[in-house]
Amino acid sequence: MIRFIITFIALLAALPARAEVGIQELTTPGGINTWLVEDHSIPFVALELRFRGGAALDLPGKRGATSLMMATLEEGSGELDSRGFARSVEGLAASFSYDTGDDVVSVSAKMLTENRDEAVTLLRASLVEPRIEQADLDRVRGQVISIIQSDLKDPRNISERAFDTLVFGDHPYSSSRNGTLETVGALTREDLFEAHRNALALDRVYVSAVGDITADELTGLLDKLLGDLPASGGPLPEDAEINLPGGVMVVDFDTPQSVATFAQPGIDRDDDDFFAAYILNHILGGGGFESRLMTEVREKRGLTYGVYSYLLDMDSAQVWMGSVASANDRVAEAIEVIQAEWVRIREGGVTEAELNDAKTYLTGAYPLRFDGNGPIANIAVGMQMEGLPTDYIATRNDQVNAVTLEHINRVAKELLDPDSLTFVVTGKPEGLETTIN
Amino acid sequence: MHRLIAVLAFIIAALPAGADEQVSSFNLDNGMQVVVIEDHRAPVVVHMLWYRAGSADEPPGASGVAHFLEHLLFKGTEKLAPGEFSATVARNGGTDNAFTSYDYTAYFQRVAADRLELMMRMESDRMKNIQLGEEEILTERDVIIEERNQRVENNPAALFREQASAAQFLNHRYGVPIIGWRHEMPELTLEDALSFYGTYYSPNNAILVVAGDVQPDEVRALAETYYGVIPANPDLPQRERAQEPRQMAERRLVFEDPRVAQPYVSRSYLAPERDSGAQEQAAALTMLSEILGGGTTSVMVEKLQFESQIAIQSGAWYGGRSLDDTTFNLFVVPSAGVSLEQAEQAMDQVIADFMQDGIDAEQLERIKMQVRAAQIYARDDVSSIANRYGRALTQGLTIADVQAWPDVLEAVTAEDIMEAATLVFNRNNAVTGWLRAPEVTQ
Repeated sequence: MIRFIITFIALLAALPARAEVGIQELTTPGGINTWLVEDHSIPFVALELRFRGGAALDLPGKRGATSLMMATLEEGSGELDSRGFARSVEGLAASFSYDTGDDVVSVSAKMLTENRDEAVTLLRASLVEPRIEQADLDRVRGQVISIIQSDLKDPRNISERAFDTLVFGDHPYSSSRNGTLETVGALTREDLFEAHRNALALDRVYVSAVGDITADELTGLLDKLLGDLPASGGPLPEDAEINLPGGVMVVDFDTPQSVATFAQPGIDRDDDDFFAAYILNHILGGGGFESRLMTEVREKRGLTYGVYSYLLDMDSAQVWMGSVASANDRVAEAIEVIQAEWVRIREGGVTEAELNDAKTYLTGAYPLRFDGNGPIANIAVGMQMEGLPTDYIATRNDQVNAVTLEHINRVAKELLDPDSLTFVVTGKPEGLETTIN
Repeated sequence: MHRLIAVLAFIIAALPAGADEQVSSFNLDNGMQVVVIEDHRAPVVVHMLWYRAGSADEPPGASGVAHFLEHLLFKGTEKLAPGEFSATVARNGGTDNAFTSYDYTAYFQRVAADRLELMMRMESDRMKNIQLGEEEILTERDVIIEERNQRVENNPAALFREQASAAQFLNHRYGVPIIGWRHEMPELTLEDALSFYGTYYSPNNAILVVAGDVQPDEVRALAETYYGVIPANPDLPQRERAQEPRQMAERRLVFEDPRVAQPYVSRSYLAPERDSGAQEQAAALTMLSEILGGGTTSVMVEKLQFESQIAIQSGAWYGGRSLDDTTFNLFVVPSAGVSLEQAEQAMDQVIADFMQDGIDAEQLERIKMQVRAAQIYARDDVSSIANRYGRALTQGLTIADVQAWPDVLEAVTAEDIMEAATLVFNRNNAVTGWLRAPEVTQ
């Protein structure tokens, strides 16, 4: 038995791990496109719905309307009031979550096979005919206002808000998607119904399902679930104009550890250099303990618990972001090290060994993402929003491996821009002054 | 390739439907327990090594040393240079990390299933062979102090919870924060870390959990090769910690910090934990926490957020999985214009009314439906199953206890719950805390 197993391991090791996910591309009779991965081993289905637009659809003066609307969808619909709806969902042991992002609203559902039809009826009512009673609106508004007030005294949130205000000008991204005390306080039922019409529409929906459901069952389900939504929603916003002047902005807040948010201009997912930039970021600050920023700021100097960078590709803006937190008397040094690393990787490039390590990590880790109905449904709907084909799963690692040392180091020179690297620091940082006008 | 997939799919479909059948367990000769959880849907394995040693096992004066040592285990052995452990995992497409709690410290990697042997080779190496220099110690101590800054010092609610726990546990180490007290952390030494390591890191104090696309026989062969050769520690101390004295009066605290935007009131009651072979009372307390404050349809939310609108948020939770006595907890976040005193009174009124009115049978049935469904949903996430076993086995429970738990929950009656409520709601066993901003004087 043991010998057999060892042979089997050797065989597996000879083959690079590859993600094998059988995606079916379907269109319902009602015209809704969806991706399905059938897997009947566990009797439930994970359903992911995404609607492009999100909080960026908020109308002028109505910041927070989309987010508040999504938070009230589960507060009663059709025949059921708020508590009636919650009791019904609980009784079926279904789980529905409704979320708002900068560019997307999402609905994640898990439903047992044994009562799926009843669960779909409930979910449909919440999406298509929410009641949004005044009392429920006021109650949820109270919760949102409490969150906004807490964010105003949390150093990380203060830093991110100040950053957004500095960088994104008059685009909706420049303020919190929760809205402000002023805008949320003034929102009416009509505002929320308008946000509902603008956000949940068939011309911007992306759907994936993974689990115990057949193609016929899924297409029928989706027409019933979504068929009564309006054909089109509100206009999507223009691109944001990004202001990243370089330097430091200090936001004074009395707390022992300063929190810094930093960024320079980023890169679009569609750009030919995207994969090179993606690997470059992994080496710079994207990985675990091995990235250059973690090595220099944490491992060698003990200046922080964590320092990270990432490529943020939003629908209307691309920025190369990062964050670090250090005690007030050490944050200036942490920032100095980060600035130096930005210059060093731009000027000196990465090494062949770093590139190879990044590739083996990124290509090895990719197939490990597909390890459950929920995670696969998430990935599948994300791929649709990016406009990627279903065979991207099979070709993605080849695209990572195709990046050469020359390519990545050219991108480092062209894209990395220490002069535009802008830090917003919240706390009582010693030895740091605001240099941005 | 397609043929292979089709064969695999058939095997999956032929597996028994129950969750228990996924799990097998055996012991190595040196006393190390091994748990294997099979899930063949993706070519992934989670390799976790759990030690029955957490912050509550630390010696007095060295708070945070369990967590400090956890950090230092990434700093190299005779065979691995500092950082090489994680770098090797990453080069193999995996991720790794570790975590420390009151009752356990655990190290894990998530990696392609065919790299399991490499993980065992490295993890077994650092069970006994770490090598540390004075300089690494100092740098890493700065890192954990920054970790404390980030998690606790920058967050008044976290500072408040520390104070409330310290008030609840006068004598037991659950009253000391896992990350360590701020004044003791800078004093932690290499000797402190190595002493804790020498005492607790051995195969007879460890549990290996391997979950994912693996076969039990394969795991056994590898575990014997890498862990089986490490001798047991014959001097492993009994886990007998100082227990709480009889509590004779309610304890109260008011914590003020100008960074508090949203005041709230919290209450913890000392409560029994899940005991091996006797989980019934803990099951009743688990159901009590769901009924009182587990979600939108719970009694507290119904009374405090829908009916009176005194609160914008409220809830209850119970930490049943614990080696020693634990707590049953309530919290109420008052609406604008409601004082903490009013919020606390309303909370106590809800409890008093609940003790009079008893349990809504329909609500209990809905919660039991959720318990049944949770077993189905849990099978989608093999890492969470691995976590559940690791936590239980380091906190005094057995595999049989874990597997019996859903049935024990299912068997709980309304009478059991009311009896448990009568036992736990004793203000002489409680800590009540108010978190608020200081009043601004003009």
